[in-house]
Amino acid sequence: MQSRQHRRTWAAGALAAVGALTLAGCGTGFSGGSSDEGGSGGLTSSDDSLSILIGSSGDAETTAVEDAVAAWSEDSGIDAEVSVANDLPQQLSQGFAAGEPADVFYLSTDYLAGYAGNGSLLAYGDELSNADDFYPSLVQNFTYEDDFYCAPKDFSTLSLIINTRLWEEAGLTDADVPATWDELADVAGRLSTDGRVGLGIGAEYQRVGVFLAQAGGGLVNEDGTEAIASSPENLEALEYVQQLITDGSLAFAPALGAGWGGEAFGKELAAMTIEGNWITGGLSADYPDTEYTVAELPAGPAGQGTLQFTNCWGIAADSPNQEGALDLIEYLTSTASQLAFSEAFGPMPSTESAAADWTEANPELAPFLAGADYAQGMPTADGSIDVITDFNAQLETLGDADIEALLESVQSNLEAVVG
Amino acid sequence: MTSSTPAPGTGARVRRERTRATGLRRGDAAAGWLFTAPVIVILGVFLAVPVLMALWVSFSDWGGRGSPFSGDVDFVGFDNYTAILAGGGLAERDFGIALRNNAWYVLLVVPLQTALSLFLAVLVNRAILRGRGFFRTAFYFPSVTSSVAITVLWLFLFSATGVVNKVLAAVGIAGPNWFNDPTGVVHNLLGVIGITSGPTALTDADLLGVSLWDWLAGPSVAMSAFVLMAVFTTSGTFMLLFLAALQNLGGDVTEAAMMDGANGWQRFWRVTLPRLKPTLFTVLTLGLIGCWQVFDQIYTGTQGGPSKTTLTPAYLSYTAAFNSQDWGQGAAIAFILFLIIVAFTLIQRWILRDRPVSKRRAAAYLPKATKTTDGMTR
Repeated sequence: MQSRQHRRTWAAGALAAVGALTLAGCGTGFSGGSSDEGGSGGLTSSDDSLSILIGSSGDAETTAVEDAVAAWSEDSGIDAEVSVANDLPQQLSQGFAAGEPADVFYLSTDYLAGYAGNGSLLAYGDELSNADDFYPSLVQNFTYEDDFYCAPKDFSTLSLIINTRLWEEAGLTDADVPATWDELADVAGRLSTDGRVGLGIGAEYQRVGVFLAQAGGGLVNEDGTEAIASSPENLEALEYVQQLITDGSLAFAPALGAGWGGEAFGKELAAMTIEGNWITGGLSADYPDTEYTVAELPAGPAGQGTLQFTNCWGIAADSPNQEGALDLIEYLTSTASQLAFSEAFGPMPSTESAAADWTEANPELAPFLAGADYAQGMPTADGSIDVITDFNAQLETLGDADIEALLESVQSNLEAVVG
Repeated sequence: MTSSTPAPGTGARVRRERTRATGLRRGDAAAGWLFTAPVIVILGVFLAVPVLMALWVSFSDWGGRGSPFSGDVDFVGFDNYTAILAGGGLAERDFGIALRNNAWYVLLVVPLQTALSLFLAVLVNRAILRGRGFFRTAFYFPSVTSSVAITVLWLFLFSATGVVNKVLAAVGIAGPNWFNDPTGVVHNLLGVIGITSGPTALTDADLLGVSLWDWLAGPSVAMSAFVLMAVFTTSGTFMLLFLAALQNLGGDVTEAAMMDGANGWQRFWRVTLPRLKPTLFTVLTLGLIGCWQVFDQIYTGTQGGPSKTTLTPAYLSYTAAFNSQDWGQGAAIAFILFLIIVAFTLIQRWILRDRPVSKRRAAAYLPKATKTTDGMTR
């Protein structure tokens, strides 16, 4: 009690020391966020080497990207290093918060709004020399508040994948490939047997959404300014899916004991599935004996519809060498590089000039590219990822759900983030 | 404190005494601070400063880029907290769902793991048990295994065609599709007796965006698998705590109880257990904290699915910050979670406080000529 005053002085001193230490520590870590603003102004330029952070699907993809980057490094004389992220969003977020992000990185449409919104991204799209070559719908996907942020690196669409053997065993021929909802319901019913459903898909908007698109619905209107989740088109689409579930001809992958549609398909728990072109890699690796054909999805009341997914090459607003990064990305999105990537690990090139070459090289996968003409992208508004997560949570129990109430809740959630 | 306040006239003398007293120990104090400085610095850098930063973030509009202390970050008051607690939107409903899931988890895990660990401790404490060392190791083994490894193991065991369902099928029960079944256990039990929808009083009223009927859904089947896992992994650790406490208890009191004619059951409940109260408090507190902070199982196992029924506040805090870039809301959730844990610990401490023995209880210990116990051996 008697030495309280002194203790206080000491405590204050210790606190001051701690404070000073931490401030010093922060000084290097948190370089002031506002020092170099992103946007369309001048790009930063330096001799700094580039770090590239990717979320890889496997060794094939990693090697292909590493080779391409190494080839560019040799040409440009700028060092570049590729690292593979285990959890890409988390590692990106850490980099942005610390002020030392990777210079170039994969970025999905889900996260564009969040990072663009907090100023972490450089909106360089309009400075690309090959900006006009990208599919307009992909450019739309990476446009946030009227700025074209980043170059689409490739894309995928969803198609109908059919197990050839089971198809023939059910007495079906090429002429039976479904072109309408009724035909799909019919063949799915005929393909369903004990312990197998005709159509097995993932329980998420990212798959079920194709039916919304075919009915003329979707989550947001074309320019992404209005929520249309509770539209009668969506109601019709989900009622159709619910009917298929009730008939026993459609089941979601988890209900079949599979992690995703591809697994259900490979294990022959489902005779058909709806997946993107990544399924070719998954099947050849895990179920090499499965024979399958790819068909365009059937048309609904409003015609054909599918969903497309894409990633872009993001550049950090805090990158010290944005000019180098831009040059690298122009190289990586060139027709030659994209065709090489496609050969190595299967994605579809994001540029229109590469389409003919790609179709020639992959005739059996042509339906995926055909889907590009009528595909819908994911909503890009800030917060829409949470809405979709919530929608997916409700879709899991679609079988006995009150569809109108389900869509109403999605609509009210979506209205809060769109517009 | 008040006694040390000097009376007005004596101030000078007291002050002189104080300086003299500290003067004698000045060297000691300096050495003391010197020796504790490393720990203070480490705790400050890795604990105090991050916590204070997070507190600031929860009151700011920081978006996740650069320093939260830079000039572009503004103080937004309780905006983040109101978005979660009364925003009426998705953020509030997600928090409500997460809280519901975790509350059921705590309600089941804490009593079960405490009871099981005490039971195991009593078992392996018995001198006559053969192979005590083996059992102690076996029971403790799950606790030293990484929770990620056990989660992966659990995913295999509880898959639709996994071992658990095979065993259930062998005895004629069709097992659920554990980690993909979002239906609430309480709702399912009510469904068995024909109640499939709640009274409007429950379905219309809602708390944090979740209807009261859904609050009462119980843990989902998926969450129940996590409950089993938590009980399996943590009871070993707590068994060790109980075991240490049991071995510290002198045999004299138990022997005295024996002499008084208490049977084994009575000796456990009326003699042993009351003396384990401090350990019980420790186990319950640690259990509560661990259960409210459950994260790694969710992150590696289900990511909140199916249908958000394994979403927990800790995991929601992570996704809000890292995936949705709502760092303020993420930090706010963390601090609400902190308050919840503190509140529960205080409540529990109040319940377990030392109380004078009530008359009803005391009656059980009083010798009564009219009420001799029959099972007593004299």
